[in-house]
Amino acid sequence: MRTAVVFGVLLCCVAVSVIVGALVGAVPLGPGEVLGAIGGHGDPGTLAIVRDLRLPRVVGAALIGGALAVAGTLLQGLLRNPLADPYVTGTSAGASLGAVATIAIGATAPFVLPFGAFAGAILAVAVTWRLAALGGRTTVLTVLLGGVVLSSFAGALLTFLIVASDRVVPRLRAVIGWLLGGVSVLDSSELLVAGLVIGAGAVVAIALAPRLDAFAFGEETAATLGVDVDRTATVVLVTTAVLTAAAVALGGVIGFVGLVVPHALRPVVGALHRRLVPAAFLAGAATLVLADAGARSVLAPSELPVGVITGAVGGPFFLALLLREQRRMRV
Amino acid sequence: MTSLATRSVTAGYGDRVALRDADLELRSGELVAVVGPNGAGKSTLIRVLAGLLRPRSGAVSLDGIDLRGLDRGQIARRIAVVPQVFDTLFPFSVREVVGLGRTARLGILGRASAADRAAVARAMRELDLDSLGTRPIDALSGGERQRALLAMALAQESDVLLLDEPTAHLDPAHQLATLDLLRRLAAERGLVVVAVLHDLNLASALASRVVVVAGGRVVSDGPPARIVNEELVRSVFGARLAVLPGDPPFVLPRVGGR
Repeated sequence: MRTAVVFGVLLCCVAVSVIVGALVGAVPLGPGEVLGAIGGHGDPGTLAIVRDLRLPRVVGAALIGGALAVAGTLLQGLLRNPLADPYVTGTSAGASLGAVATIAIGATAPFVLPFGAFAGAILAVAVTWRLAALGGRTTVLTVLLGGVVLSSFAGALLTFLIVASDRVVPRLRAVIGWLLGGVSVLDSSELLVAGLVIGAGAVVAIALAPRLDAFAFGEETAATLGVDVDRTATVVLVTTAVLTAAAVALGGVIGFVGLVVPHALRPVVGALHRRLVPAAFLAGAATLVLADAGARSVLAPSELPVGVITGAVGGPFFLALLLREQRRMRV
Repeated sequence: MTSLATRSVTAGYGDRVALRDADLELRSGELVAVVGPNGAGKSTLIRVLAGLLRPRSGAVSLDGIDLRGLDRGQIARRIAVVPQVFDTLFPFSVREVVGLGRTARLGILGRASAADRAAVARAMRELDLDSLGTRPIDALSGGERQRALLAMALAQESDVLLLDEPTAHLDPAHQLATLDLLRRLAAERGLVVVAVLHDLNLASALASRVVVVAGGRVVSDGPPARIVNEELVRSVFGARLAVLPGDPPFVLPRVGGR
C-alpha cells in the first residue's frame, strides 16, 4: 500500500517535471498550450517548439537523470558505501577524457563525441577492474582504490589535452560546458539509442536487486546467502558503466544525481533494491528534468550548465541528509 | 541424515597456515562446540566448512559431495552461516533482513513465494522477533541484531548451521536461550550445528560434542564430560583455570595463586 502511494507520487513528480520542463523557454507558452501540444493539438509553431525542441530535451534529461540515479544505487549497494556514485569507479573521468580526446584529434562528425565518451567510460571501468584485481582478489576496497587511481590519472591527461591541444583551446568554452554537464537539444535517433541502452541497463538493474540486497552485511555474507560474489560484482560494474556512459555521452558530466537520489529515497521506500532501483529511476528523471529547467531559466536567455544546478542544490541537500542521519544514529 | 566432513584439510591466508590436517565428521543431530584460544584456527575451520575458504590440501564434503563441485546457491540451500558482521549502512527492516535468508531460493524476479514467507515467519517466531519486524535493523541493540541475523540463517532452511561466536553480544539469559535453541534445532530437526564458543561452561553444558582447536590443529574431539578436563584446559588455555569434573564439567578461574 505504502509502496503503491510512493510510486504514485513519484510518477506524478515525473509528469509535473515534464510539463514544467516543456513550459520553460524563450517563447512563453501556457500550461494549456503545452499540454495540448504534447497531445498533438495546437498551432504548428507551438507544436514545433514543444514537440521538436523542448520535449526531446526533457526526455533526454529524464533519461540521463534516471540512468545516473540507478547507477548510483547499484554502486552504493555493491560497495556498501553510501558515498559511492558513478564517479568513484573512474567512469566519469574516462568519459570526459574520451570526449575531449575526440575534440583533440579533430573529429567533428555528429556521433563521434558521445561515442568517444562512451568508449572512455567503458575503458575506464575495465581499467579500474584490472587495477582492482592486481592484488589477487578483487574487493570493495580495491575497486575504490582503482577508481581513485584511474580518476587522478585520467584527470591529469585531460588537463594536459586541454592545455596542450591546439584544437581544444578554441573550443574551450564548449569543453568546459560539457565537463560541467549540460543537456543539449537531442535528435530523435540519439534519443532512441540512448533510451534503448538505458532501458536495458535499468532492466538488468532490477533483475540484480535481490542479489544486491544480500550484500548488506558484506561480501562474505552475500556468498553464504547463495550469491556468486565475483560474477554479481562484474555484472553490476558493467551495468553501471553502460548507464553512466550513456548518461555522460548525452549530457556531459553531471554530479550529485547518482549520489543524492538513492540517499533521499531510502528513508521513504526502504533499502530493498527491488523498490529502490525503479524509484531511483523515476526520482532521478524528475530531478534532472527540473534541474535542466532551472539551468535554462536562472540566467535566461543564456543557459547555465545543468551541473551547476545539481551541484548547488545537491551539495547542501546531501549535507542536510547526512546531518539528519547523524542525529538519527545518536538517538 | 546429513554429514559434513573434512579430510586432511590444510588452509590459510597468504603465507600463513591457520588450519592443518583437520579431520572431522559432523553429523545430523549434533550441537558441536568449537573451542580454543584466540588465533587457534576456529574461525578458519568455520570458513572452510562453509566453503568460503578453499583448502590448500584435503577436501570438505557434504554427504560425500566435494564442496568445490557445488555453486554458491547450492551450498546456501544446504549450509547457513550466521554472519559476524552485523552492521549495515542501509535501513533494512528486521523482517527484510530475515528475508535475505531466502536469497538462494528466490525465483528470477526475486518474488517471495508462500514457502519463503512461511520460512521467514517461522524463523522470526523462533527468535522472538515478531514485535520487531518493522524496526530498522540499525535501531536495534547488539543482542537483538544478533538474533535477527540468526533468524536470517534459520530462514535459509539449511541442513547445516555454522556460527562463529553466536553469543558474543548476548547477556547470559540470551546466551542460554540461543544455545538452547541451537540444541533443539539439532535434536528436533536433525541439523548439523557447529558453533565457535568462548565460554567453556556453556559449551560443556549445552553441546553434545566439543572440538578443541589449538595452534591450527584439532587437538581433542568428543563429548564434553570426556574432553573438558584440567589437563587439556591447562595445556590449551594456560594454567590459571581449574576444572571440577562431572557431567557437565565446570571450569573456573584460579585466583590469588591458590
